[in-house]
Amino acid sequence: MQNQSCCSGEASERQYTANCCGNSSQSCCGDAGQDFGHEQASCCGYSDARTKKWIIGYVPTPVGNVPQVSTQLSFSDKYGFWKCRWSIGRMRYTIDPGLYCVGNPDANSPVLVTANYKMTFDRLRMELSGLDAWIVVLNTYGINVWCAAGKGTFGTEELVNRLHEVRLSDIVSHRTIILPQLGAVGVAAHEVQKQSGFRVVYGPIRACDIKEFLSSGLKAAEDMRTVKFTILNRLVLTPVEIIAALKPMVVVFGVLFMLNAIGLGHYGLVDLYALLGAVFTGAFLTPVLLPWIPGRAFSFKGFLLGLLWAVGVNLINGFPAPVYGWLKAITYILVLPSLSAFFSMNFTGSSTYTSLSGVDKEMRIALPVMIIAVAAGAILTLVNDFILVFG
Amino acid sequence: MKYLKSVVTLRHDEEKCTNCGMCVVVCPHRVFAESGGKVRITERDLCMECGACARNCPFGAIEVEKGVGCAAAIIRGLLTGSEPTCC
Repeated sequence: MQNQSCCSGEASERQYTANCCGNSSQSCCGDAGQDFGHEQASCCGYSDARTKKWIIGYVPTPVGNVPQVSTQLSFSDKYGFWKCRWSIGRMRYTIDPGLYCVGNPDANSPVLVTANYKMTFDRLRMELSGLDAWIVVLNTYGINVWCAAGKGTFGTEELVNRLHEVRLSDIVSHRTIILPQLGAVGVAAHEVQKQSGFRVVYGPIRACDIKEFLSSGLKAAEDMRTVKFTILNRLVLTPVEIIAALKPMVVVFGVLFMLNAIGLGHYGLVDLYALLGAVFTGAFLTPVLLPWIPGRAFSFKGFLLGLLWAVGVNLINGFPAPVYGWLKAITYILVLPSLSAFFSMNFTGSSTYTSLSGVDKEMRIALPVMIIAVAAGAILTLVNDFILVFG
Repeated sequence: MKYLKSVVTLRHDEEKCTNCGMCVVVCPHRVFAESGGKVRITERDLCMECGACARNCPFGAIEVEKGVGCAAAIIRGLLTGSEPTCC
């Protein structure tokens, strides 16, 4: 288990590592390799363990040493979660695909399959304390199980190839592997059995239910098989939404600033917070309050809250006083709910229950309405500017 | 939480179905249910067209136009002329 030497050791191991480090040390021990997986992790584990604090040892197997990972998350693991939630390096937060383990598993221990997004892997291992199990990590290019399964990277082909590559059949005597239920989107259990000889058992959706699943003889209760979308689930997704929404808004603010600079525009603090408020309403408030807002279409929910916001902005700023102006008021009513509706509609991609057919239907109605409303608002505000300059 | 009514493309062929229950296992929204040895669609409007049931049906008894319910992906698909894929 503690044998960390790369190219030395017992004869059997030397044979294995010679295989691994012999032919091309560049591809084996280079840290930027793409598809090394098992060999690299075991062979070059010594350096791995120094840089990857979550690898705490090695478990010897007939096919070489397998990295043993901690079931405790460190501060840096948790900081990694936080960064991903804020869209910092989220698409590059990966671990090497291949075979890992927790505890001291043997030939009879269960085999769990997961994705190589580090947040996914971490959320799995933190639920495995006290267990002895093998973990096969597929190369999903840093995407979580469900999304990767939708793309097909968490799929039958990758799974069958990876099982072969890590030589799982030489490590365990049984022929059962446990997949997260959401992996079923990309994996056909009957095909895997045919091609690899391993029987796929779909485990619970959430890693936190795995212990119960294992202890109850691989049976999952209905609750474990149902996807949820709690307020907390939705809340943690909103920073990514807000950041994604603010990017195009920078362009809008740039245009308004230019209009001001050439002496045509009359945009100020009120416009700034009105627009930012619409982004916040669509990308934060609507997702968080989702089930309690009337309607089913996300854009409609976002439109309703956006309309409240637009009316609020108008009233706060003195409407219907004559000085406020009808043009300004109507512009806000046209633009702000549309923006909010658009960013709410984008949350369909983060939600756990929208169908392609449904989003397609919703967009066919909502998108033209939004485009027309925003275009009309843009024309009105320019007319308003012209009146103020030339009128 | 339910999304739009009567939009999904899910079809279950009871002729081909052997009631093995695999779809009941994999569906993340419990769209299928087994009662009296027969598997049926019981919560059609909860379907999100993820395609897990169809992919894992060994008998080809389920059809669904699988896709991601993601507006950003659909817009990207419209702009680039490709199939909508997420992330």
